[in-house]
Amino acid sequence: MMKTWQAVKRLLPMTAVSGLLLILAGCGREDLSVLRPQGPEAETSYGLIKLSITIMIVVLLIVFFIAAYVMVRFRRKPGQNEIPEQVEGSFKLEVLWTVIPLILVVVLAVPTVKAVFAAGDDHANDANAVKVKVTGHQYWWEFEYSDYDVKTAQDLVIPTGKDIAFELTTADVLHSFWVPSLAGKIDTNPAGTINRFSFSAPNEGVYRGKCAELCGPSHGFMEFKVKAVSDQEFEKWIASMKAPAVLPEDTALAEKFKSQCLTCHAVGGQGVALGPDLTGIGSRESIAGILLNDDTREDGAPVEENLKTWLHDPQSVKPGNLMPSPKDLGLSDAEIDGIAEYLANYKLD
Amino acid sequence: MAQAAHSLNSSKPLGHGHSVKRHTGLMDWITTVDHKKIAILYLWAGGLFFGIGGLEAILIRIQLIKPMNAFLDAQTFNELITMHGTTMIFLGVMPIIFALMNAVIPLQIGARDVAFPFLNALGFWTFLFGGILLNLSWIMGGAPDAGWTAYVPLSSTTYSNTHGVDFYTIGLQIAGLGTLIGGINFLATIITMRAPGMSFMRMPMFAWTTFITSAIILFAFPAVTVGLVLLTFDRILGANFFDVAGGGNPVLWQHIFWIFGHPEVYILILPAFGIISEVIPTFSRKRLFGYSSMVFATILIAFLGFMVWAHHMFTTGLGPVANALFSVSTMLIAVPTGIKIFNWLFTMWGGQVRFTTPNLFAAGFIPTFTMGGVTGVMLASAPADFQFHDTYFVVAHFHYVIVGGLVLGLFAGLHYWWPKMFGRMLSEKLGKWTFWTFIIGFHMTFFVQHFLGLMGMQRRVFTYLPNQQFDLLNLVSTIGAGLMGVGTILFLLNAFLTSRRPADAADDPWEDGRTLEWTIPSPPPEYNFKQTPLVRGIDAFWKEKTAGHKGMTPAEPVGSIHMPSATVLPFTMSVGIFIAGLGFMFSRDEFGNAFMSFLFNNYIVTAIGLVITFGSMLLRSLYDDHGWHIEPEELEGR
Repeated sequence: MMKTWQAVKRLLPMTAVSGLLLILAGCGREDLSVLRPQGPEAETSYGLIKLSITIMIVVLLIVFFIAAYVMVRFRRKPGQNEIPEQVEGSFKLEVLWTVIPLILVVVLAVPTVKAVFAAGDDHANDANAVKVKVTGHQYWWEFEYSDYDVKTAQDLVIPTGKDIAFELTTADVLHSFWVPSLAGKIDTNPAGTINRFSFSAPNEGVYRGKCAELCGPSHGFMEFKVKAVSDQEFEKWIASMKAPAVLPEDTALAEKFKSQCLTCHAVGGQGVALGPDLTGIGSRESIAGILLNDDTREDGAPVEENLKTWLHDPQSVKPGNLMPSPKDLGLSDAEIDGIAEYLANYKLD
Repeated sequence: MAQAAHSLNSSKPLGHGHSVKRHTGLMDWITTVDHKKIAILYLWAGGLFFGIGGLEAILIRIQLIKPMNAFLDAQTFNELITMHGTTMIFLGVMPIIFALMNAVIPLQIGARDVAFPFLNALGFWTFLFGGILLNLSWIMGGAPDAGWTAYVPLSSTTYSNTHGVDFYTIGLQIAGLGTLIGGINFLATIITMRAPGMSFMRMPMFAWTTFITSAIILFAFPAVTVGLVLLTFDRILGANFFDVAGGGNPVLWQHIFWIFGHPEVYILILPAFGIISEVIPTFSRKRLFGYSSMVFATILIAFLGFMVWAHHMFTTGLGPVANALFSVSTMLIAVPTGIKIFNWLFTMWGGQVRFTTPNLFAAGFIPTFTMGGVTGVMLASAPADFQFHDTYFVVAHFHYVIVGGLVLGLFAGLHYWWPKMFGRMLSEKLGKWTFWTFIIGFHMTFFVQHFLGLMGMQRRVFTYLPNQQFDLLNLVSTIGAGLMGVGTILFLLNAFLTSRRPADAADDPWEDGRTLEWTIPSPPPEYNFKQTPLVRGIDAFWKEKTAGHKGMTPAEPVGSIHMPSATVLPFTMSVGIFIAGLGFMFSRDEFGNAFMSFLFNNYIVTAIGLVITFGSMLLRSLYDDHGWHIEPEELEGR
């Protein structure tokens, strides 16, 4: 009996830990959760999280157990009046609970330091890596593929299996570039403190990215998507991004689009790159990062509808964003709908 | 004995007693320099701001109760999170800490007041006017909106163009002055005014943690003072300390802020450690286990606290060497903190533990704070922090430390010392209700937030999209916040009902008091100790009790007691700084009114404020006030 109890006692922390880890593993969306890593960098972080959480749960169980024991066992009983022994301390015990935490700290510190230096490898000079310049804007993301001379926004398209070497900066305030299921985050600082880091996605899929540094009212809406595709898909995407721009067929609308939209936006190399590049926007995962272009989902809608929502009142979608309302620019409702339709059909091949 | 002391005393020449100006009513509170009254002022003001910060928290949680909620707009939400953090830390919990320090420390070390009673009052009034200035932002054109960390460039005039952040910089500057003054005062008090026989290693733990906290304040607050001056100059005078285009660097602000900001965490938690170290031994009827190692651990935590600031900046991009060093130094803090946890547990071991309300809070503190501590170690691992940073995991962590640690500690301390401060015992029944609603609400609110963070919810978002599996946990969190609100209201109700009962608390109302504050009446007379006690060991009162004595052995005969004079100057000095700050903030504004423009744009308002402050200082310097004496005859019969 005694032996069974002791075995149970010994196994209790382990069962609790493994149970909790199992629960953790089921936590959150595959494309968003830290607990369901989809790439080696996120895997490293998750490994450390698991290690530290295991150590910490063991520590917590010990503290909880002792606390519960003393609080129950040493309650003052009615009529108990003798003075308890005034213990000064215990050298042995105090050494014990100094040395054991020190050992636990070393156990956690060694893999931490290893992983810190591993994360320092930013693949900036790796010829095989795909180089991407990330620029944070209030409240959208710009991605520039310097080797290919391609610029896009909101959807970061990457080839699977390859290391992506990022160089990150901001055009205004600080942002933080975070794709939880692929890697930890890193801040986008202004010139002078530009950051580099790298991650890769072994599996094809669309992963959710977020801004993790308070950057103004629409900080919570500064989302983006990472689309991991095969090598051929990626090459194809690059090629179609470089194709010359397609303008609206209706010449009046095309004029309007040129004079009112292309003063800040660009399509296929035409226009100005102040706002998000719109090349192939009809193929993107979302409009403005948060209106999902997927009418099969209940929280999604067809791309044209999303574009209309956005163009009719950008401030209501993303408060504080810098895009002037097309209505204030003198566009009629029909023109706005026309541009939305054109953009929705501006797909890559 | 008493007679002998008296006859000895009557031969002593009387001091230069001059007539005492006694104020009553409001004037009494404005002019007081008595540490016990200043404690109550701190408690009132801190309580008020704590209430404001709590309301802000409730509004934040209501907004986050469901996805895409439109209860608040994004700008208001950002103002609320900024003001919630700033108010709670600088204007809520720190003043309540100072309230307890003021109420208890002179009594615990057997002193009649703090070393600098005038400065003590000045510290309170500058804090109060700084806090008022900061909160005026709500009605004067918008509150600060760049987060309590006010990271540039978001807090620069380009991206935050209301006066919000100016209220933040100047309000905190003025309030910070009060904190610095308070810290210096307690350092001097504890170093110079301990009763005969009370060596450093015989000091109660709360006196020790106050001492170390004050030392941290002395070294940490100058950093934030400098930072705030630079940010003020950037914003109001057009300087370029943090502006890249002008040769500045925004990362510099992060360093300055956290060189202050991390020690600030220990400024907050160490006093709670002290409170717990008083409450647990009292209600276990046992001396603190491992007193010397507790002292050593406190000092070590304070020292390491200055070595870890960059763990707030792992994702700023400092490079692997810095990240590795700051990871390891941060993890090391777990060791002295662990020592404390086990010492508290083993203080109870073999004792006779009584679960009064203060001890319930202390008992709740241990597991709750430990949970905040272990997530702290998890955050210390930089590559894991790349994931945790700026998510709800961090929000959960620091609320476990500050609410689960400090606020539970403050509740323990308030219930414990309330009879000493006000002469009335708080209701135990309501106290227990406060405890259970607050702690259950607390765990509901913040435990689930760990998972929200890990599931990808970043912090400081005014709302979130549906279908991210965030909805249920956020709902639970909001309900928990409501429960915490109920707990706080129950405490206020308890305080109110208690204030209407007769002041009948005994000198040693918990019956097992161990330290000097329990040897004198509740509330204590204005001179605290009729005769300074002689301290013969750690837990001085307990030692006398076990020796069969009813009270302390006096270290001096009854004599005339020197008292500081009440004065309105600390108040006027602070009013002056307040006016000057407000004037400076609006010095570059265009007013519709020519007269107003003239007053503000020529720095005339600022000048008036400074004249009031420096005039008060001059008056204080030129007019010698030697205070007054309470003569032995007056002490008789008391």
